[in-house]
Amino acid sequence: MTIHKYALALALTLGTTLASHAQDPVEIGMITTLSGPAGYLGQDIRDGLQLAIDAEGGKLGGVDVELVVEDDARKPANARQIAERFVFDDDIKLVTGIIFSNIAGAVVPDVVDSDAIYISPNAAPSTFAGENCNANYFVTSWQNDSLHEASGIAAKELGYKNAFVLAPNYQAGKDAVTGFKRMFGGEIVGEIYTQLDQTDYSAEMAQIRAAKPDVVFQFHPGGLGIAFLRQYQQAGLLAEIPMVLSEPSSDAVILNALGDAAIGLKTTAHWSPDFDNAASKEMMAAWKKAYPDRPLTYYATQGYDTGLAIASALKQTGGIDDLDAFKDALRKADFQSVRGNFSFGQNQHPVQDWYLLDVVAGEDGKPTTKTVRKLVENYGDVYAKDCKL
Amino acid sequence: MTLIFEQLLNGLLYGVMLFLMAAGLTLIFGIMGVINLAHGSLYMVGALAGAWVANATGNFWLGLPAAMAASLLVGLIIEMTVIQRLYDRPHLDQVLATFSLILILNELAVLLIGRQPIFLQLPEALTDPIELLPGLPYPPFRLLIILAGLLVALGLYVLINRTRIGMLVRAGSTHRDMVRALGVNIKGLYTAVFGLGALLAGLAGFMMAPIGAVQIGMGEQILLTTFVVVVIGGVGSVKGAFVAGIALGVIDTSLRAFLPGFLRQIMDGPDADALGLGIASMGIYLLMALVLLIRPKGLFPMKG
Repeated sequence: MTIHKYALALALTLGTTLASHAQDPVEIGMITTLSGPAGYLGQDIRDGLQLAIDAEGGKLGGVDVELVVEDDARKPANARQIAERFVFDDDIKLVTGIIFSNIAGAVVPDVVDSDAIYISPNAAPSTFAGENCNANYFVTSWQNDSLHEASGIAAKELGYKNAFVLAPNYQAGKDAVTGFKRMFGGEIVGEIYTQLDQTDYSAEMAQIRAAKPDVVFQFHPGGLGIAFLRQYQQAGLLAEIPMVLSEPSSDAVILNALGDAAIGLKTTAHWSPDFDNAASKEMMAAWKKAYPDRPLTYYATQGYDTGLAIASALKQTGGIDDLDAFKDALRKADFQSVRGNFSFGQNQHPVQDWYLLDVVAGEDGKPTTKTVRKLVENYGDVYAKDCKL
Repeated sequence: MTLIFEQLLNGLLYGVMLFLMAAGLTLIFGIMGVINLAHGSLYMVGALAGAWVANATGNFWLGLPAAMAASLLVGLIIEMTVIQRLYDRPHLDQVLATFSLILILNELAVLLIGRQPIFLQLPEALTDPIELLPGLPYPPFRLLIILAGLLVALGLYVLINRTRIGMLVRAGSTHRDMVRALGVNIKGLYTAVFGLGALLAGLAGFMMAPIGAVQIGMGEQILLTTFVVVVIGGVGSVKGAFVAGIALGVIDTSLRAFLPGFLRQIMDGPDADALGLGIASMGIYLLMALVLLIRPKGLFPMKG
């Protein structure tokens, strides 16, 4: 009996070893948030990345790839378990997909310390951008602070003297407020951290009304942002106090939810559907064909860009057997991003352009964003200088 | 002054929502002895069905009966297929079974509707805030929710204290075997009570739909607080659920609204914010601990 068991185990081990020597597709492990109120964020990043793979007929950069997707349900503990399975059991060398910074905080160190590469398509907390940067850690989206620094620049340029800021009480929320304040420079008349699972913002609305700020800056991703903006509208504040938003509080799904009320909002972003470049147009056409009923969010474009980035590296190396070569190839960022300018900075976070956008009525009557002007060009982040790579 | 009044209204609204959820939960827990974690899912079902029907027909108010009917239907199906088998089982079995119901209902909703949140626009007449007091505009729909919640509370009071069904419910919660011995169809009574709880959860879900985002998993967000309300109010007591719901709603809102500002007068800004936020988010749980210390069975414990 025991001998049989050993024989079986041996046979299985041999079997898998032999199989892996054949030309297996490169596995990309994706840990993302698919269930719960932020489910559409992960869904869009997953489908964006899959779109890039499908465009090449199941390949990236000419190499067969396979996307393995697992749902973390926005729980750091779940994400850790998935990461351990990916890296230790399944021997996956490329991991991506995390939406939320608190989850990234729990998962990324394990992954990059185990000789696997993590490429973030979204969350990029300040904790991994400076001194603690890592050669195995890449970000294709933005650094958390930069995402909101753009809004700070916009609020300042639009002439607002004081602001009321709100963000959820977690790492990305702190980064958001820090980033906005860093570039805004004006007076902060109120600073509120909300709960990450809050549904009712009426208490905050009353405080905003009482403080009478020039402008409100708020960062609430996904369903939080929908609830916040609708309650802002219902409280009659939308007409009274202008709001400058960053990208996560004004994605295409949120704008759809607000409908006509969204028109006139100011927002800042690294991508907008009206961008006039071939990569963006190509992706929009592919998305429309694959998902005619779903608005294309910037999350999907970040998934897509992550796919293009991996493709650019695989094209040079032909595989991931030599991880150092793969990293060197990836660092060149030799691909056409849907955002236009894109390169990696010292800390392997993006250096890119940020734009001021107006929310306007689209051709189909639904609100969309229109580029007003470029705010900053080739903009990285403040932590890059502390990174010794 | 208007700010305090406005925040009290906000607290009242939150309290009313908590009451609507807790009323059903406390009845189910108190009378049948079942811990129903899937109560939040019924709230989601109501919101989803209501929003879907309202959008499909273009008539906001048609969503209301749809939400309540859908929650009632799903509630009855759950009771007859799953919950009925759990009455005599230990609490752990109940938690496992009803937790799996959460997962099943969430995934069913994903299959039927998708992960995208769906939206429900308020009718024109209710979109613009009305001037409640000079300098205090308030969303009319929120006033409507408060009113509806208070009416439901009144209705439940009459139902439980003044009707035959209510008498059976009260008797069933304290003297289950005696009621059964008197020849009352306790099984039917249980189903009816569970249905009522589901109906109220559906109502709460529909009323929250235009305020928040209607999406998968919205029920779990409110479920935990609802349990706190049930425990503070006393398991099985609708009166307790009402008092505790309103009290928690007002206290939670006031802490979030006023504590950081108050602390900022006696200490540094960032420290005050951090401490204020910390205490505010712990507030209701601290209160629960305090209440349980003084009254281990809650504010209005069931006799018997």
